[in-house]
Formats: sequence, structure tokens, C-alpha cells
Amino acid sequence: MKPTKTLLPAAQHAYVSLMMDIIGRGLTSASQIDPEVHNETQGFPTGFVIRMTVFPNGPSFTAQSQQNGSLKLLKHFEQKPDLTVMFKHMSHAFLVFSFQEGTARAFAHDRIVADGDVSHAIRLVRCLNKMESLILPKLIAQRAVKQYPQDLDLKKKISLASRIYLKVAQTYINRS
Amino acid sequence: MAKPYYEFFCPVKVIAGNAALEHIPFELATLGAKRAMIITDKGVRSNNLLEPILAAFEGTDSVVAVIFDDVPPDSSLQTVRTAAALYRSNNCDALIAVGGGSVIDTSKGVNILVSEGGDDLVKYSGAHNLPRALKPFFVIPTTAGTGSEVTAVAVISDTEKHVKLPFASYFLMPHAAILDPRMTLTLPPHITAMTAMDAMTHAVESYTCLASNPISDAYAFAAIKKVSQNLLKVLDNPTDTDARLELAQASTMAGIAFSNAMVGLVHSLGHATGAVTHLPHGLCMNLFMPYVLEYNQSVNGDKLAELLLPLAGAEVYASTPANQRATKAIAFIRDLRDVLFERTKLPRTLKETGKVTEAQLDEIANKALDDGSIIFNPREASRADLKDILQKAWA
Repeated sequence: MKPTKTLLPAAQHAYVSLMMDIIGRGLTSASQIDPEVHNETQGFPTGFVIRMTVFPNGPSFTAQSQQNGSLKLLKHFEQKPDLTVMFKHMSHAFLVFSFQEGTARAFAHDRIVADGDVSHAIRLVRCLNKMESLILPKLIAQRAVKQYPQDLDLKKKISLASRIYLKVAQTYINRS
Repeated sequence: MAKPYYEFFCPVKVIAGNAALEHIPFELATLGAKRAMIITDKGVRSNNLLEPILAAFEGTDSVVAVIFDDVPPDSSLQTVRTAAALYRSNNCDALIAVGGGSVIDTSKGVNILVSEGGDDLVKYSGAHNLPRALKPFFVIPTTAGTGSEVTAVAVISDTEKHVKLPFASYFLMPHAAILDPRMTLTLPPHITAMTAMDAMTHAVESYTCLASNPISDAYAFAAIKKVSQNLLKVLDNPTDTDARLELAQASTMAGIAFSNAMVGLVHSLGHATGAVTHLPHGLCMNLFMPYVLEYNQSVNGDKLAELLLPLAGAEVYASTPANQRATKAIAFIRDLRDVLFERTKLPRTLKETGKVTEAQLDEIANKALDDGSIIFNPREASRADLKDILQKAWA
């Protein structure tokens, strides 16, 4: 729990902003590359808009499900999303994004409010868990998820993670 | 290790015990209300459960202005609108729900409309979408199981779009829950057993799942003890008012526990089974509890072990080696289910219900995977894990 006290709010904000951006890009990339994540995102209705944010006006990403079942980031979306997953405070987002608290525990600790169909929120958490298991080193991913996937061996992890990292990198290059 | 963080909230006044109903007029007056509307269902009314409530108003300044007794087993938007219109046309200023889960959820919906105005309940669905406190609202449970009298949620069906709308707001919580043993005296043994096992599951899951906390644990622990000590007493002697009251209190205490600590996989599977097969919720809880506890035991066996004390009593707890207590707690629940089956025919397996086919298990597993309570289960569960539990619960 110490880091939340020692880090300045500005540094937390910068870190959470960066991580929120990476997670948004990671999630949409994983939905195009990993069959399991794709299978999950395919369960969202076409056009379904998801937002992850920090109360009251913190960093966020917004993604929309596409006809092919994958997710795509939206740059400007002013309407109310179908599902909003909101951290109650920047410090709470920092706890999760610095892997001191897993996503399920963050829900259990009332750090997060989900506004929308709960079943879609659960589906989103499964996507995030799988994406984190893929792109994070196993030791860190084990802190973020309840159970690290038993069938995810190193070869498979490296193969999928490298493709996701490449896709994320491409989104940054394309933007610049 | 101390719980790193938790929240606990229960502003509901509990009015419990002998002649509790007679406190209603005074409690209404303290909230500035005099013209109450009772919302109930036909079953409650035909069992004459309203009589002692109406008698409690005699000789007081308060009145029951109107009774709406047309709540269906699954509350719907249309029912809520109809009841709200009746409330307005009778110039009511308070609501009293008399019934089980559907009546209580309907009343919560009615309270939204009569407090906020209009007929559009849908715009208030979701989490924390109510801007202010609602009208005075009392709940008199007639089953000892759901715990809805102390929760901040309601589920109301949109029967035209075939979806269930969830509502969650602290303003939905009743001002008071009135627990009077007269209200559950006529519950038949089968329903008594089923609803008590619902309360037991609320308590066990809130104690053993991820969002448990020291205060909810205290409520859950005490609720389990009350169910264990009183359920068979009530089945032996249905008019035992003390034991009936203990079960009613257990249900409310378990409700306070789970509304703060949430529930886990028994509920995920139970909600899914209810949606697919229309089996009653309490029955589903009874079906899945031991199998899910076994599944979770490798992760939360320490907490489960503690529950042997309220389940089986001090002597059994003390004579059981620490490393066997979790297994014994599950065995106790299995034995209790066997007794309930013998005495009330409450099914222990999906097959025993006679209303589920093996072909439906895949659909149940898929729905359970998306259920909101699964995130609070201490052990991750994949579709294959859920299917495995369902197979064990099959026969």
C-alpha cells in the first residue's frame, strides 16, 4: 500500500494515463489476434460501446465492437457508452494498473463501478484478464488475475504477446 | 491479515419480534407518513397475512389507503406502473411491501416512480442512477430467505423486450424491515426449507468469497448458526414462533451480509439455472452449495473451516482436527440436505428436480460464466469448470 502515499498525484495521473492508453490498445489488439479474447469480444453486440475511465474526468479509453467481432478504439465519443467501467479514484486505478490489486479484488473492494449490463462487464473483465496474462510477465500477471491460465505455455505466450505488442506499436506509429 | 479495504452500509431499521407489526403506525409517523399503500400478492392475501397488519392500524391516525395484491412471481415494468398509478390516485405517502422477493422488488420500483414522478422506470436502471431519497418504505417479509428487505438492489422484467432490468442505489433500501413471526408461521415445510437454504447460502458465500469483510462476517456467522439451530426445529414444530423468528432474523442478517460482501459461484450457477429452467432460486442454492464449496476449498478452505463452528456446534468443531474442518463443514451441509430431502422432498441434485435435462447444462454453464456474482468467487472458473460442477450436481 505504500506506493500510493509516496507517489505524487501528478505522477499517479501520468502513470494511469499511460497504462489506460496501453490497455485500450492492448485490448483492441488482443481482440484481433488472440482467438480466446476474440471469442469473448464477439459476444458483445455489434456497435456496443465500452468505456474504462476514472472518476470524475480521469484518463479513459473507449472501444466499440465491430461486425467482425473485434474491438476498435474510438477517438471521440460524446454519448453515453453501453458499458462504463469506472474507477472511483485515481489511486484505485493506480493500485490496479501497478498490479498491486487484481481486477476482481478491485471489484470486491468497491474500487470500481460498472454502469451497464453486468454480464457485459464480466465479459470485459475476462478479456482484460486474458490480455494481461498474455502481455505481462507471468510473475506480474499472477498478481493481476485470480488464476493464471494453465494452458498458456511460454511458447504460446511469446508468440501471441509479440504479435499484440507489434500491433500496439503500430497503433502508436500510425497515430504519429 | 487485516482486510486491506472494505465498505459496509446498512441504514435499514430492523423491527423484530413479538408484536413488531404494531410498531408500524408509529414508525410511519416518525417519517411524516399517514396513508400507506400495501403491495403484496394474491397468495399472501389469501393466507390472511394482511389481517394482523390491518389490525395494527386500528385506533391510530394512520391508514392503509389502498392494497395492491397483483404482483406476479416475476415483477414487471407494467406491474410497477399499475401499482404506481394506484398509489397516486389514492394520495398515498408511504409504501409497505408484504411478501417475498418479487413483491419487494416491485415495491422498490414503485417507490422510484412515485418519488421521482413519471412512468419511465427504465431511465433509472443501472448503478446509482437515483438522485435523491425516496418515499417512506417498509418491508414485511413473508418468507425467510431472500434478504431483499435489506438490499439496495431490485430486478424488474421488461416483458416486452424480454430483459431483466437491474436497479442498484442506496436510496432503494427500505427505511425499516419488520420481522414478525406471525408472517412466516404458515409457510409450508418445503418452502421453509428452501428459503432457509437460500439464507444459508447467502451467509456462507458472503463469508467465503472475495468481498467478505469483518462486519459482514459477523452477520454471516450468526446467520449460519441461527439457520443450523432452528431450521429442523421449525420443521418439527411449524408453529414454534421463537424458531420462526430466528429464521426470519437469520434471513435478514444473511441479507445484510451479502449486500455488503456479495456472493459467488453458487449464485452464478443458481441464477443461470433459474433463467434456463425456471427452478426457484432457493432450490438452486440448495442444489449447488456443496459442489461449489468443494470446488473453492483449495483456495478458501481456511474460511470454510471456520464455518464448522456455527454449522455443527462447539463440540463437533473442537473434536475435529483443524485440517479436516472445511471438509466436515461441507459434509454437514450435505447431511442437512439429505434430512431436508427426506422431510420435505427438497431436491439435492438437478436430476431429482425432474425439471432439468442434461442437454440444458451447456446453456446453464454459458449463462453462469457471464453472471455478475462470478467475479466475487475466490477461485476462477472457466466454462469447463462450470460444466464439471454441473455434472457433479446432476445426479
